[in-house]
Amino acid sequence: MERPVDVELCDVTKVFDQHVKAVDHVSLQIYQGEFFSLLGPSGCGKTTTLRMIAGFELPTSGDILIEGRVVGNTPPFKRNVNTVFQNYALFPHMTVEENVAFGLRMKGVPRDEIRQRVREALHLVRLNGFENRYPRQLSGGQQQRVALARALVNRPRVLLLDEPLGALDLKLRKDMQLELKRLQETVGITFLYVTHDQEEALTMSDRIAVMNAGRVLQVGTPLEIYERPANRFVADFIGESNFLEGQVTRIERDTATVVISDRFPVLAQTHHGIQPGQRVTVAIRPEKIRLCIPTSDSQNEAGALTGTVQDIVYIGTDTHYLVRIDDHTAIRVRVQNAQNRLDSPDSIRRGTWVVLRWAPEAARLLTE
Amino acid sequence: MALAEEARQKAVQAKPRLTEAIGEVLRRRPLLQLSVILSPGILWLTLFFLFPLCIVLAYSFATRGTYGQIVWHFTLENYRRFFDWLYIRTFLLSIWLSVLATVICLMIGYPFAFVMARAPRRWRNALMLLVMIPFWTNFLVRTYAIMFLLRNEGLINTALQWLGVINRPIPMLFTPFAVVLGLVYGYLPFMILPIYASIEKFDFTLAEAAQDLGANAWRVFREILWPLTLPGTIAGSILVFIPSVGTFVTSDLLGGGKVVMIGNLIQQQFLTVRHWPFGSAISLILMAIVLIATLIYFRSGEERPI
Repeated sequence: MERPVDVELCDVTKVFDQHVKAVDHVSLQIYQGEFFSLLGPSGCGKTTTLRMIAGFELPTSGDILIEGRVVGNTPPFKRNVNTVFQNYALFPHMTVEENVAFGLRMKGVPRDEIRQRVREALHLVRLNGFENRYPRQLSGGQQQRVALARALVNRPRVLLLDEPLGALDLKLRKDMQLELKRLQETVGITFLYVTHDQEEALTMSDRIAVMNAGRVLQVGTPLEIYERPANRFVADFIGESNFLEGQVTRIERDTATVVISDRFPVLAQTHHGIQPGQRVTVAIRPEKIRLCIPTSDSQNEAGALTGTVQDIVYIGTDTHYLVRIDDHTAIRVRVQNAQNRLDSPDSIRRGTWVVLRWAPEAARLLTE
Repeated sequence: MALAEEARQKAVQAKPRLTEAIGEVLRRRPLLQLSVILSPGILWLTLFFLFPLCIVLAYSFATRGTYGQIVWHFTLENYRRFFDWLYIRTFLLSIWLSVLATVICLMIGYPFAFVMARAPRRWRNALMLLVMIPFWTNFLVRTYAIMFLLRNEGLINTALQWLGVINRPIPMLFTPFAVVLGLVYGYLPFMILPIYASIEKFDFTLAEAAQDLGANAWRVFREILWPLTLPGTIAGSILVFIPSVGTFVTSDLLGGGKVVMIGNLIQQQFLTVRHWPFGSAISLILMAIVLIATLIYFRSGEERPI
């Protein structure tokens, strides 16, 4: 798939105060029209990366290309990108209309065209009728929309969004996530979205770059990131994972047998470069494990683990179980509450002896 | 028996209840409560501001006796007399020099306040100290220091002559230039501090947002920083303009009787000429005009809610 690249980072490093490495040799390609997220914990360098693309920070080394041209030290006001700031940064002394018109006014767009485009932009974010309000007269969600309209009205090549939903409450955030996705599909502008919220990134993105400590750990679609995490950090940061350390004893086609705690063999999908005898970590997501009452032949079943239920937490949609395998190992299991739990009380209680099973392809081998 | 016991207990409790009762009354009447809280301030202002002002107002309608005493004979003559070209000219000169001093203070003070507000924290205190140090020295001493610099045989002229830039000393002292210099020097901190306070509060992501939307440095200043720090600028301008327009020490020492400002005129009427009614009338006219000008100025900054 050969798509035009809108933003490219080539080996970009940013060092603050001579020794704080905020961004560490990052290379990325962001394609035209895609919704791309930089995801990572706070302080991982994602905001610094964004600010370098916007032009507020200059890279210590490496190149940033926008539309195929090295931007070097082009000042922010000459770059064909616009930013939606975390705290919106709306101009408090200007009305909604004046805020949205600001960028066009700076570019010397004729008055009539400004009026027309501002109206369209406000229509796009469903804020018609708010033209003459001041930002402080708006709710957080409305301010958010003004910030979006103010950036989109300029029809930038790339829209940079720095945790734009961080200040909103949960319900509004969920609505805005869908709204943002809808907007992006409507206008077809490349979105570069910075967030620490993995669910947000999974919901909206076409592709995600997971960052930690200034480095990009994995780039891929939400599906790839979630189902095939490249390492332990990604597997842990995106969703939830059980990590079982052990040794590969056998490889049969694409299924590896890994012995954990020197006693229990489990199955996992193997991939290129795994050798028998190698020490590995098996990553398995709690929702991919089935939890059953053991039958007589469960003990001998290949890849099945047995243990006692140590803890049960009911959280509405799911029930979480903590199953203790041995002194060193406990596995989290998540079971969806398909039935009404009041009508059909669970036969599994604390202390119940259970068996855990999963399909080999649900478990992933990590080698670091 | 039980009734007597009850009465005795009531008597015991009566004393603390008095303060409680006062508290209760005050709580029920917020206006009364407010006046109790404000009473020291109101008393002070009445005694030392409102009352003397009334005396000045009364004087301004009185007549001067032969020996400079107040004769309580009602007249509007003191006000009429002010509209003589001689006095109007003095008044206009005062306004002009004060506006000049205010504008120069603004031109020096705004960039300084900006640098101070944007400086790293450890530098900020040092810069603040530089602004405050002149206050530790007596105003007269500082003014004399300026005289020492500006005199014909002062530091500047001597240096320039020694360097061969000029042959004869440039007369600088006892000119309007010297007065404006003195005013700027004396009141610059009053311009810097309020502007510093408003720039320090300014959210610089707004400047980034403006840049992001295509504004260059000048337009970021003109469209964002300037309007949002206008309250500080207005406060600073008023704090410089009002004492400037009424000054008499600076104009006396640095103007040397050649630059007569309205403050000198008032001072002369009270101390030299001993025409207290006319002095009072000038004072009140000055006050009224400054008040009106200030109100108009304030309004201009209130066009938009901030």
